[in-house]
Amino acid sequence: MSALDVRDLSVGYGKVKVLHGLSLAVPEGAIATVIGPNGAGKTTLLMALMGLIPGRGAVVYGDRDIAADSTEERVGYGLCLVPERRELFSDMPVADNLLLGAFPRIRRGARDVEDDVAAVYQRFPRLQERRTQLAGTLSGGERQMLALGRALMARPKLLMLDEPSLGLAPRIVRDIFQVIADLKSTGVSILLVEQNARAALQVADYGYVLEMGELVLEGPASELAANPRVLESYLGLAHSPE
Amino acid sequence: MSFNIALWLSQDAITNGAIYALLALALVAVYTVTRVIFVPQGDFISLAALSLATLQAGLVPGTVYLLIGGGLLITAIDGVAVLRKKKLKRFAAIALENIALPAVIAGAAVWSASRPEDILLQVAVTLAIVTPMGPMLYRLAFQPVANAPILVLLIIAVAVHYMLTGMALVFFGGEGVRTQLLPDISFQLGVLNITGQSLAVIITSLVLIVLLAILFGSTVYGKALRATALNRTGARLVGISSEFTGRLSFALAALIGAASGILVSPFTTIYYDTGFLISLKGFVGAIIGGMTNYPLAALGSLLVGFLESFSSFWASTFKESIVFTLIIPVLLWRSLTTHRVEEDEEP
Amino acid sequence: MSRRLLLLAVLVLLAAAPLLLPDFYVTLMNYIGLASIVTLGLVLLTGVGGLTSFGQAAFVGISAYTSAVLTTRYGISPWLSLPACLLLTLPISLFLGFITLRLSGHYLPLGTIAWGIAIYFLFGNLEILGKYSGIAEIPRLSIFGWSLGGGRQMYYLIWAVTLVALLAAGNLLDSRVGRAIRALKGRTTMAQSFGVDTNRLKIILFVYAALLAAMSGWLYAHFLRYVNPSPFSLNASIEYLFMAVIGGSTQVWGAIIGATLLTMLKEWLKDILPRITDQSGNYEIVVFGLLIVLMLHRTREGLVPYFSALLPAEKPVLARPTTPPLPARVQPQRGEPLLEVEGATKRFGALAAVSSLSFEVRAGEVLGLIGPNGAGKSTVFNLMTGVLAANEGEIRFRGERIENLSARAIARRGMARTFQHVNIVPSMTVLENAAFGAHLRGHAGVAAASLRLDRPEEALLRHEAAQQLDRVGLGKNLFDQASTLPLGSQRMLEVARALCADPMLLLLDEPAAGLRYLEKQALADLVRRLREEGVSVLLVEHDMEFVMGLVDRIVVMNFGEKLAEGSPREIQNNPAVVEAYLGSVA
Repeated sequence: MSALDVRDLSVGYGKVKVLHGLSLAVPEGAIATVIGPNGAGKTTLLMALMGLIPGRGAVVYGDRDIAADSTEERVGYGLCLVPERRELFSDMPVADNLLLGAFPRIRRGARDVEDDVAAVYQRFPRLQERRTQLAGTLSGGERQMLALGRALMARPKLLMLDEPSLGLAPRIVRDIFQVIADLKSTGVSILLVEQNARAALQVADYGYVLEMGELVLEGPASELAANPRVLESYLGLAHSPE
Repeated sequence: MSFNIALWLSQDAITNGAIYALLALALVAVYTVTRVIFVPQGDFISLAALSLATLQAGLVPGTVYLLIGGGLLITAIDGVAVLRKKKLKRFAAIALENIALPAVIAGAAVWSASRPEDILLQVAVTLAIVTPMGPMLYRLAFQPVANAPILVLLIIAVAVHYMLTGMALVFFGGEGVRTQLLPDISFQLGVLNITGQSLAVIITSLVLIVLLAILFGSTVYGKALRATALNRTGARLVGISSEFTGRLSFALAALIGAASGILVSPFTTIYYDTGFLISLKGFVGAIIGGMTNYPLAALGSLLVGFLESFSSFWASTFKESIVFTLIIPVLLWRSLTTHRVEEDEEP
Repeated sequence: MSRRLLLLAVLVLLAAAPLLLPDFYVTLMNYIGLASIVTLGLVLLTGVGGLTSFGQAAFVGISAYTSAVLTTRYGISPWLSLPACLLLTLPISLFLGFITLRLSGHYLPLGTIAWGIAIYFLFGNLEILGKYSGIAEIPRLSIFGWSLGGGRQMYYLIWAVTLVALLAAGNLLDSRVGRAIRALKGRTTMAQSFGVDTNRLKIILFVYAALLAAMSGWLYAHFLRYVNPSPFSLNASIEYLFMAVIGGSTQVWGAIIGATLLTMLKEWLKDILPRITDQSGNYEIVVFGLLIVLMLHRTREGLVPYFSALLPAEKPVLARPTTPPLPARVQPQRGEPLLEVEGATKRFGALAAVSSLSFEVRAGEVLGLIGPNGAGKSTVFNLMTGVLAANEGEIRFRGERIENLSARAIARRGMARTFQHVNIVPSMTVLENAAFGAHLRGHAGVAAASLRLDRPEEALLRHEAAQQLDRVGLGKNLFDQASTLPLGSQRMLEVARALCADPMLLLLDEPAAGLRYLEKQALADLVRRLREEGVSVLLVEHDMEFVMGLVDRIVVMNFGEKLAEGSPREIQNNPAVVEAYLGSVA
């Protein structure tokens, strides 16, 4: 069974088409990754899956088609996105950013939000040290931790991550990917979009390669990692300088 | 000018300034949360004052019909949409909020009209009639174009102001009203003769400002409003719906508008279009705060109150011109201290 | 039927109207003409320029009162009071524009609302202006002893002015300055990077609209021969704006459509509403408000597109230049240092997006600046093009320090850029978008454009644009609307636009993103040809494959710092680069 099943999804901005009939699936409790060069449409794909931009096609989550539902409804179902730009509330302290991550649950009357905050602090002790600091004053790595922590506050069933390694030093990238692997073991299904192909394919179970708005390659992550075409398109090895 | 007159003018300035400050805070809240420059804010002042006066005259105000009509319209639009998706529970919630609630308020209005001596009830009913109009207005006029450029939202806001002013004229006619809230008490404090009315205005405004500070500073709903103002995409991604924050901020604005209308109506004659002029002075305050800074907006409004009060002493015929010209040096100061052009890039 | 014939028919109808219509309708037509002139200013300001003023009625009023006072009190001829009206409006609008237009977009409407109210109360309280009862018995206009006293005579003057204003505004939009005006709405960064002084242009546009309002005010005073404050209130300004919104935003004649519809509707409602309700009052404002809300919920372009669809299509032609071609820049000596970045640092709060970065571009070479996402490439790009200011370090272009210069000043020195996220004006044609690049190679201003004195120069600019478009393979799409092009072609349009600026250094920001294989090949060929012509190119790219076969040297960035520098082969074999690009092993 798939946590998310996307069928024939097309997205465009105005008259410009960005995604052309994509079909992909995130298996339940597994990590799927979408890799590909800049401008391929990776971020557009995630935005469409969150309902931030309209698309055509079916988005089946569990057993319901959510393609017509709003972003807020999708968050309510347990779909969460950690966006490329993090989108934190920069003038609010770390603690409030986390609290608001649980906003739909608080509205529904959840009483265990404090426990979840404690769990996030346990996962990211740095955030606890900085809990009264404004989010806008955090370093790049801390911001990514906060964005992840805020998403976890919603208790997601399907977590989507857009370039979590973006602009981070290798040591922090390792930490973040460790957290992603941990999350998988707690039963969260994950859709990971990355340009850091090696790290993504190493942590993922299944991979897709997106180019020019179309899926050109897919397969188990280990196979893709060994596929020479993936390396070529990243390093330009096919085009030896004369 | 003697010291006594200055004191007396200051009392006047603080009383009016407090109202302007309330309005400015509502304008800042609505603008930062929804990007709507809320020109119709002042119409709530008129609608509330005129509704209250009508209730005191033992009649049911026409605003009740506006409430019922708006509710029916929203039920028709949203109800049909959710019925198509076969979400019966959602439909029940929509009908409850938009048909049952206005009906209850209408019932209360009829009851209140039969009890002309019960001032507290009249005030409560007036607030209950006007406050839901805020979220209704958001739903009907702004939600369908929530992502439009600020300029388009502003033009819609002006158009809505036009409609509300016209409707106030339809329901209440062109006559001005004054309401009776408190018995005319006053007492002597040193050389100053303090009236009960102005004391009531100042205390109520302060209480409301403190309540607003608590709402925004310490409640999760207030934080959700601030989060939306800071980062719209981020707010949506954590499940704070922009419809929800939009309606909440509009409800707040309508409540503050209605409260201001009730507070000023005992000592200012309110016509169908008076509220607009009052709220514009709140606007001048809000602009001093750059439309985003709450404390500066409140202080700016007090400044407007003082300028108005003292210029009415020195040059009463040019009072309005002087108050609104204040915006020129304010803009000049802002313009000279802004180094980079703020961009309004469209996607 | 051609457009020319249609236009002729309209003109004949307009000329015959006063001979055929009863008095009431002639007066109504006069009001429509007066409103059209004011609305035209708002169509330019709001519809095209994306700025809004609620002070237009105040400008009408200032002018009407000025003429009223000068002619009744001082006995000055109305023909002499006209320049006085315009001369008074000029500094007022200049000042208002200066203090509001540097701020973000909503300060102009808010500032003009307050200012409009202040003026209204001033009209109503000043002794010299007759307080609320106004000034009566304003003299009529006369031409060579022929009096324009009646509505029918004034009709011709009012509509002559309206049509001339319309023609001039139409000419203006179809020119070098007009292209810049059409980019003001949401494209100011792009406009500045091609040398447009957007702040100055916004003020010019505001003054232009104010002067049109002043013209209408002067006509109003001598048509009605009576002024009082109420037609110059805030509500009147709001109605002018509604006319502009209803009529439409992109075409100048939307002003006439809006003014006609709203004026007629108002008359009709005034006639019909009292029959429905028993109370009196101006209920038409409810209908107006509703109309605007409903309209803006559906379209932001007003009714013009619906009318446009009815017009016969017109085949565009490219005018042949009659003067010698545009002079081209002398390219610098091959190998001389062209752009030098030395120790550049840019911080955003606690984050250092670029830290002490140094590299140089030499004349005649193609340099690739590459790095993984988030490495700081775009920030470097913005530092070089004047969009951002560096915290530390120097950037020199041909030896001259440019790190504190504006994007405009940098463009003037011979740099042209493309944008990572396509930044074209969607409503303009492909040709117009490309011609935008040649902005600094032309000189015709507002006056020349309005009077069509700019045609020889304009033909040159368009000819240049057509040539560059041909070069990038868009020669067949000159008159297509730019937004209808596929993404890849829009990127090539960006390159053509940059080439129109005749740059010494071409800065390409991720030009290959979103291009198909063949399009990438074509782009690479173009860059090679440019190198042969002596143009230097800095290529910021993420796509390694595209870069490797194309560039002479590569600078690799990671975490805001320079990771490596060298020939493509050296870079490909550099283990640190491979690590940065494919990512560390988790």
